Amino acid sequence: MQKLTHGQGQIEIEGETVRQVIENLEARFPGFKKRICNDEERIKPEIAVAVDGEVVTTGLRAKVRKESEVHFLPALAGG
Amino acid sequence: MSKIKVVPQEIGGGFGGKIPIYLEPVAALLSKKSAHPVKLIMHRADVFESTGPTPGSYIKIKMGANKDGKITAADAYIAFEAGAYPGAPVGAAAMCVFSCYDIANGRIDGYDVVCNKPRSFAYRAPGSTQVAFATEHVVDELASELGIDPLEFRLKNNATTGTRRIDGVVFPKMGCREVLEATRDSEHWKSELKGANRGRGIAMGYWFNVGLKSAVTASVNKDGTVNLVEGSTDIGGTRTSIAMQLAEALGIAAEDVNPQVVDTSSIGYTDVTGGSRVTYATGWAAYEAAQDIARQCCERAAQLWETEAGQVEFKNGLFSHKGDASKSLNFKELIGKIDETGGSIVGRASVHPESGVGGSFATNIVDVEVDPETGKVEILRFTVVQDAGRAIHPAYVEGQLQGGAVQGIGWALNEEYFYNDQGAMANSSYLDYRIPTSLDLPMIETIIVEVPNPGHPYGVRGVGEVPIAPPPAAIAAAIADAVGVRLRELPMRPDRVLAAMHALQSQQPVAAG
Repeated sequence: MQKLTHGQGQIEIEGETVRQVIENLEARFPGFKKRICNDEERIKPEIAVAVDGEVVTTGLRAKVRKESEVHFLPALAGG
Repeated sequence: MSKIKVVPQEIGGGFGGKIPIYLEPVAALLSKKSAHPVKLIMHRADVFESTGPTPGSYIKIKMGANKDGKITAADAYIAFEAGAYPGAPVGAAAMCVFSCYDIANGRIDGYDVVCNKPRSFAYRAPGSTQVAFATEHVVDELASELGIDPLEFRLKNNATTGTRRIDGVVFPKMGCREVLEATRDSEHWKSELKGANRGRGIAMGYWFNVGLKSAVTASVNKDGTVNLVEGSTDIGGTRTSIAMQLAEALGIAAEDVNPQVVDTSSIGYTDVTGGSRVTYATGWAAYEAAQDIARQCCERAAQLWETEAGQVEFKNGLFSHKGDASKSLNFKELIGKIDETGGSIVGRASVHPESGVGGSFATNIVDVEVDPETGKVEILRFTVVQDAGRAIHPAYVEGQLQGGAVQGIGWALNEEYFYNDQGAMANSSYLDYRIPTSLDLPMIETIIVEVPNPGHPYGVRGVGEVPIAPPPAAIAAAIADAVGVRLRELPMRPDRVLAAMHALQSQQPVAAG
């Protein structure tokens, strides 16, 4: 993923929802949205989005606060 | 999908390998073509060769610490054999590799390597055991170089609530330190180990707890018992653990709840049994179904007492009239009186907890004796210390800890896939693939630590997977303590142990005379 952000691991970006965060990342780093979302405009099943440490279950609609941290992680299930 | 009905069977254990679908679509298609029931069975060799091992791995760890014993930086290179198709759990491994420690600076590179071997699949805490083996080796060596007790070194560096992992996520309330302290305070750790070629080791491991979706329904019978219907295939006693959570919420005995795991057309959508999630998430659904029942009970009590539902409260297992202290009934008493207040009461709940809370840490203390003539490692004593959040059914939690430890011991000492020069598995039977038996093992002792998970009504953490993470690392440390050699390859077979001991002896000066 950092290949898309020119090696940056942390980026400050605006947005009140995960959708807006991803759209704004796409505007700065073209290709980002395709890396995260599928053709149905949903987060890919192999990716988990965590807002403030909690993996969200409401997908792109998840709320993001002004000081929130958003992480894009490998989705986990386990064995 | 709704036209398919899956009837779950009692399968004993899942371990990850039973999560994927293998022959089921073939059986369904043949059944459709033939208009007859079709049964397909995988022979033992089929299971070995085609249901996916955990990935082989190559891992390099570099860590730095200051003279005070504080880890300052860490670097990991993790390459996993995915097999013929990509998808090894290298991401999870990268999230676990330094998770036990509070490290300010770090870098983790993970590679999912496709190769000409069978596809790897999930295997109990996928990826965590491999990286624990690598990291814990280096942690032990750092402690040794600094002259610090390995457990004290870990206590100087343990992750805790608020620790930011190298991959960026901040830990919520976690029991890492509490597990280490329980290890330090244990009788096993304090006991003396005597004898030649004997050694003691410790190691830590971490694994997550996923949420995912669960649904339950609960029908109240006239006698005050409850039929609980759920969709999580029971692979570790979870039926009882889930029933206990519903019983607790209603203030009734666990024996008064009859849990049943039903087919997929008889229950709302429920995700996989795996990811250490069932007691956590389906248990949460049972708790919510109990709240639904309690709410309906308040309405029925209000009818009986000819008041508004808002005038009835449910607390500590009692339904009480807020304005009349003489009116109070427990669950069974109330259910016995509701005949004229409407039909039967059915509670239901569907949950999708947000994961991120509930991960669990475990340590192992291991005593071994190494046979200097054969290199065989005997486990003398083995203790698992683990944070369970809240152990709903302690004996079942203990069973998970013991089962995970035994699986990890097999991985550490015996279990290995051999491939011939055609890339085919050469030991696909239990005669040639050696798993530990009861004759190989002492009783696995357990210490359950309870640091309640704030992300669950009863504080539950998943316990099923993390116990497999530390055993190989702990056994390697014990071997090093016993005979002075550090084995960096799994399994630590007798020939490898012996070769390492011979290599060490050849480096040592021969005494004169």
